[in-house]
Amino acid sequence: MKLAIASGKGGTGKTTIATNLALTLDDKGMEVQLLDCDVEEPNCHIFLKPKIESTAPVTVLIPKVIEEKCTGCGVCAEVCEYSAIAVIKGKVLIFPELCHGCGACKLFCPENAFIEVPREVGIIEEGKASGISFTHGFLNIGELMSPAVIDEVKKAAGDKEIVILDSPPGTSCPVIAAVKDADFVLLVTEPTPFGLNDLELAVGMARELKLPFAVAINRSDVGNEDVKEYCRREKIEIVLEIPNDRRIAEAYSRGEMVIHALPEYQKTFETCWEKIIDLHQNMMQAEQQEKTATES
Amino acid sequence: MKIAITSYGKELSSKTDRSFGRAKWFVLVDTETGAFEAHSNEQNVNAAQGAGIQAAQNVANMGAEAVLTGNVGPNAFRTLSAASIRIFIIKKDMTVQQALSEWKEGKLQETSESTIEGHWV
Repeated sequence: MKLAIASGKGGTGKTTIATNLALTLDDKGMEVQLLDCDVEEPNCHIFLKPKIESTAPVTVLIPKVIEEKCTGCGVCAEVCEYSAIAVIKGKVLIFPELCHGCGACKLFCPENAFIEVPREVGIIEEGKASGISFTHGFLNIGELMSPAVIDEVKKAAGDKEIVILDSPPGTSCPVIAAVKDADFVLLVTEPTPFGLNDLELAVGMARELKLPFAVAINRSDVGNEDVKEYCRREKIEIVLEIPNDRRIAEAYSRGEMVIHALPEYQKTFETCWEKIIDLHQNMMQAEQQEKTATES
Repeated sequence: MKIAITSYGKELSSKTDRSFGRAKWFVLVDTETGAFEAHSNEQNVNAAQGAGIQAAQNVANMGAEAVLTGNVGPNAFRTLSAASIRIFIIKKDMTVQQALSEWKEGKLQETSESTIEGHWV
């Protein structure tokens, strides 16, 4: 089971839920792997305090011109979707930080004048936190290519029973890179107008990607009922509600796990997991039935 | 020589546009004959990235030897410099015609570096 924890809005509690859910399941003796895919601001390690065992650079391939072969025809600049190449006075200018490494310039160059060279954009670190296999990535400051680092973090996914991915906030490329092949997505929100607005965007994303999903509401007793009404209207299950408990905020501010500081919440996370498993099974069955129905 | 002026419109009476990469139009003026033509920069106005580079490439392809604009970022600057295009900065609100006159009178300051940071920063 690969579960991605995502949200439209930032600061809703993705990391709190990802880390506490992972540790709850680990405590129950399940095999858990946590992948922190928020490579621009990874923070699961602050709470899980993993022992890092290995570090590896993440590189992307960028083009390099062999000047003797280049005729300055400009095809490379024309085919570059990202404006990462300009050809001025017959000379190729490359802007590495804009390059997405798609390789079109090399592919279309009529003179075969490009080679590709690796450029480091970040690192990944792997280790252990309690029984949890832990991997996170760091995108270097000033870099744009977070999906490259996210993909590398995700490659660390082994054959563990449960893989939990902590996704970046939003609904753009980095989030898609994190959630796209998950079995289930948990969308974390809060009962505020901002929370609802961004939840709607996140739901749109999950539906577009055809990913099964449910909602978690953090600080569920503040704000208003609009998020719940929206979920009712859209027939979206709410599988977790965490109250606005000052003690949680205090534990968080000390870098402590909620289930350590407040063991009564262990049950909350267990129940959430059971609901997700049930929902996932039901959705799979429904899909199977639909398939059989179409076939017959 | 030909100079390119970033503009909100297609005429000499149009207001100059302070941005370079995402300017609406480039009014290309031949300083010897006074003839001018407008080039749309529509493709870059809403580009996700690389607007400055692309705009600079286009200006170079037009054969401009100087650009009059409000600001240039680091990538636009690098591209324009590679094309040996000089960059003069328009600091106040003015029309294309006024910018042209000020440039002719030597009132516009030339920049030898980018005037703003990249927009993703």
